[in-house]
Amino acid sequence: MTPTGRDHLIFRAREEMSCLALLEIRGLCKSFAHVVANADVYLDVEAGTTHAILGENGAGKSTLIKMISGLYRPDSGEIALDGAVQHFASPRDAILAGIGVVHQHFMLIPAMTVAENIVLGTERQRDAATPRQSRLLFNRKRAAVSVQELSESLGLPIDPWAKVETLSVGMQQRVEIVKALYRRARVLILDEPTAVLTPQETEELFAVIRKLNQDGIPVIFISHKLDEVRAVASTVTVMRAGKTVRTAPVADATAAQLANWMVGRDVILQSRKEEVAVGDSVLEVKNLRASDDRKTEKVRGVSFSVRRGEIFGVAGIDGNGQTELVEAIVGLRKVNGGSVHLLDRDIGHMSVGERIARGIAYVPQDRQQDGLILSFSIAENLQLREVSKAPFSRRGWLTRAAARKRAQQLVEEFDVRPPVIDASAGSLSGGNQQKVILAREMSRNPELLVAVQPTRGLDVGAIEGIHRYLLQLRAEGRSILLVSLELDEILSLADRIGVMHAGEMVVVMDNQNVTRESLGLAMTGKWSEKEAIS
Amino acid sequence: MPLYAVLTGLILGGVIMAIAKYNPFAAYAALFSGAFGSPTAIGNTLAGAVPLILAGLGIAVAFRTGLFNIGAEGQYWVGAMAAVWVGYHFPTMPWIVHVPLALGAAMLAGGIWGGVIPGLAKAFVGAHEVITTMMMSYIAILIAHFMVENGPMMAPGYVPQSPTVAASATLPPILPAVFLNSNLSDAFFIAVAAIVVVHIVLFHTTLGYKLRAVGFNARAARYAGMNVPLYTVLALGVSGVLAGLAGGVQMLGVDLQLTDTFQSGYGYTAIVVALLARNNPIGIFFASVFFAALSAGSQIMQINAGVSANMTDVITGIIIFFVATDRLYGYWSQKMRPRRPSSAAAIISGKGESPQ
Repeated sequence: MTPTGRDHLIFRAREEMSCLALLEIRGLCKSFAHVVANADVYLDVEAGTTHAILGENGAGKSTLIKMISGLYRPDSGEIALDGAVQHFASPRDAILAGIGVVHQHFMLIPAMTVAENIVLGTERQRDAATPRQSRLLFNRKRAAVSVQELSESLGLPIDPWAKVETLSVGMQQRVEIVKALYRRARVLILDEPTAVLTPQETEELFAVIRKLNQDGIPVIFISHKLDEVRAVASTVTVMRAGKTVRTAPVADATAAQLANWMVGRDVILQSRKEEVAVGDSVLEVKNLRASDDRKTEKVRGVSFSVRRGEIFGVAGIDGNGQTELVEAIVGLRKVNGGSVHLLDRDIGHMSVGERIARGIAYVPQDRQQDGLILSFSIAENLQLREVSKAPFSRRGWLTRAAARKRAQQLVEEFDVRPPVIDASAGSLSGGNQQKVILAREMSRNPELLVAVQPTRGLDVGAIEGIHRYLLQLRAEGRSILLVSLELDEILSLADRIGVMHAGEMVVVMDNQNVTRESLGLAMTGKWSEKEAIS
Repeated sequence: MPLYAVLTGLILGGVIMAIAKYNPFAAYAALFSGAFGSPTAIGNTLAGAVPLILAGLGIAVAFRTGLFNIGAEGQYWVGAMAAVWVGYHFPTMPWIVHVPLALGAAMLAGGIWGGVIPGLAKAFVGAHEVITTMMMSYIAILIAHFMVENGPMMAPGYVPQSPTVAASATLPPILPAVFLNSNLSDAFFIAVAAIVVVHIVLFHTTLGYKLRAVGFNARAARYAGMNVPLYTVLALGVSGVLAGLAGGVQMLGVDLQLTDTFQSGYGYTAIVVALLARNNPIGIFFASVFFAALSAGSQIMQINAGVSANMTDVITGIIIFFVATDRLYGYWSQKMRPRRPSSAAAIISGKGESPQ
């Protein structure tokens, strides 16, 4: 008989009470060709607690998780579960031993139902105790029933018959969590779980984590966001440059301390803005309509303007039309209705190239896919947008010497590391790739900079640098349209904030009168004028 | 890396010969002397490399732009038809006009066939160029059959072949005194010139920059304001022009007429040439000479060492396999390297605080 979810959870919890450190990592090392990714990593995760691993991008968090989950084999060191040393040859071994991982990018099959996704890969083992025929045949109904039982006993209700593609991101994450627990995970690892969530969904996730802790399941919470770590974890281990530099109870550490351990120096958490006189409007969007690739209307009559010396922030949950809005402004997407004016000229029907020439600079969301050509050198990438102009070429011939000189200048000015203009863009770290894009876009002295998620996936130091560049541009009297999913980024940079929901800009407000809560409400469409006043 | 593939191909070919109870050393000696053993042999090897160079350059340009022109064989034959037609239709034209006209016709035909039609189909309705260029290739070859089998280009008489091109449209042999009776014609200079031109265009002009940018990352190119469909058509067009030129120079320099076979194989071998050369114009010269040598030497190998000429196809196959899987070499070389995790870890743990 298959025990119900509740039964084995209780059983598990009892089992774990006896032993404090459920998962122990001792002196783990891992290096690739010539990069040391993890060196002497130590970690003790106690039953029933949430243990945060905090670190910048590239601090070695992902490598550590990949070793714990059996994707990489450590060069040296030990992983012990319940005191027994484990040697995972594959992710399957790790799953069987009780390691459950929810990756940042979900490993779900969108066209299949929740129940199918959850039992995937284990359907045979689960049915082994039942009549022989089910070893070959997959019993959808039984799968759905057992998934429902488990999810309800965990306090994570989900509809087992729903197709995953119809679920919100938060619900998909819930499916991943239930999937890990269905596979009898004894330790749950959440890799950057809040990156894709709204503030409300994040709160719900935290409640789920606390519930799991009560049931005795320890959660390893990977993050680079200080606030979240402080909100949900009881213990935090900070990683830096491949090593675990500090482990402390969360209650004993201040945000500033944590940040300091993370980057190894003091960081300024709040960007300081100077007063800039706001001028005439540079970008004027009126009643703009645009559809996505599947011809669904995603931008439904959006109007706003961006003025000189102003950062206009567009907030919203991913997928509410921000991408389409930006693409319609920069010329990558057809405008179905309404108008886009740049400096009083209608640019709504111009090609990308013409809009570039008129002074639009663009930092796309996906820097590797859209912003750079990774196999090109830094110098070549710096001429991507204006290769037909001086100093990059003359009458169709590339003028290499002049282009290289310019590249060298930019690389130094924007502090790209390593400052080698012949290095391929693909060999740079994310932050330095972003610097190359910013160098290219800003060196053109644009009228308007459109930046989408400019700090996505970057570490604290790099984020700080990029925010500084944006504020500097603002101080020079340029206009910036900043689209970000990070509320903190919008709140610390933007002068005015427009919130997108379901293709509409539900509200535009001055940053001074805004709270996180009111923004969160507007993002979920629960905005009304009443709240605007309060 | 391409050298490893060639060496592995030759060594494994030798092993197969040894298993089949042939002496691989004698076979390779015969192969080598067949390809480079006499001035005539060298001339013929270089002559065989000419169409490979031109078609290989064409395929490399397409590859560089992220496109797979698999129909170079058909473009070769439309180029050949166009060149032969112009070659025998104007018997009184002066050489200086006639040859460029015939080659121009070959390039235009190849360009339209391989580039413009599949290029437009891809740019505007999304038809994949692998399918369209391949299908266009079959159409070209079947049209060529029709042309000489009682068709409009058949020469008087009963043999299915075209008339011979006029003397004013032929490419003269190079240094006949040195290369004796070989097929090496001025086409060789055209091929070398094409290498230089393609190299300059790809790496020294904005056009080449944009072609490469579109090839490496079409999305980034589009985001940077480049007209991606235009460069798709252009790249396939240039690709077809070069393959058509290959057919043209082969007709005017070597074959002089269409005969009813239409199986040059150059268009296919050229794909391997481009792969082996990693789309590098200069590499294409050496890769072409290598494959031409394999093909020229295989006959002598068969006669002198008794090893079937098809053995060279086996070697070619092995080389293609290893070019395609060159990641294996990276994997092996990484495995061979002694692992020293402790010293590597020491680099980081040497300075900085201890954990906890």
